[in-house]
Amino acid sequence: MTVEVTRTEDGLRLARLDLFFVELLRQIPVSADPADSDAARDRLYPTATNDAQSNEDWRAYVHPELKTLFTDATELVREDLEKFEQLDETNDNWAFEIPAIHFDQWLNVLNQARLALAARFDFKEIEMSQNGPRNIETVRDLSLFQVHFYGFLQECLLQDMAE
Amino acid sequence: MGNGETTVEKKISTDTALDIPWNVVVHNDPVNLMTYVTMVFQRVFGYSKDRAQKHMLEVHEHGRSIVWTGVREPAESYVEQLQGYLLLATLEKAQ
Repeated sequence: MTVEVTRTEDGLRLARLDLFFVELLRQIPVSADPADSDAARDRLYPTATNDAQSNEDWRAYVHPELKTLFTDATELVREDLEKFEQLDETNDNWAFEIPAIHFDQWLNVLNQARLALAARFDFKEIEMSQNGPRNIETVRDLSLFQVHFYGFLQECLLQDMAE
Repeated sequence: MGNGETTVEKKISTDTALDIPWNVVVHNDPVNLMTYVTMVFQRVFGYSKDRAQKHMLEVHEHGRSIVWTGVREPAESYVEQLQGYLLLATLEKAQ
């Protein structure tokens, strides 16, 4: 399994993607949605203090703003994800470009997805600090692989932004 | 009318005095990348890369870092911005 990442004039191009990686990329907005998990929702929408009244206010006034921010970024990423190119007849050579003007939104949505997955499956620090699972045999393994792959993409974006 | 305005001014002044200072605290989580956390501190607070990395390492090694201290309103705004970047940020009264 290889993914080729190159800088273009307009963004970051991912190439030599097989259908497995295409599907992982398409799963970003799905994974970022915390609707099915209280743990994921609590992680994406934390409170701010140890005071009950302040936290109630935080939920009433700040969480809707966070939700708008996260939803807008997710919609933009979802639109970008409709632009895969199939480069030949095989299913092992798809390409995709993340536009530079959308890097911030991509970083945000990749982070939403990683945090929501980690909360859903309660990944431990040791699992996060290693290179990902050697074999993918369960949904948990696949989700851990997703978290690491999305982290790799974040590193690519951050490196590009720093240059 | 004049007396009413004076009372309001005094109340605001007292509340503000009681509100100082508040700490903006960032807590460790095993998911956020160290390079990402450093970038966020630079963006939100305008910190130099060295200062941002110092706070990032404090979060990573000690579990938390007080990244800013001051009056409550901007402290709340900073926490909201940090949560917008998906960092685990809270607000607490300084000891």
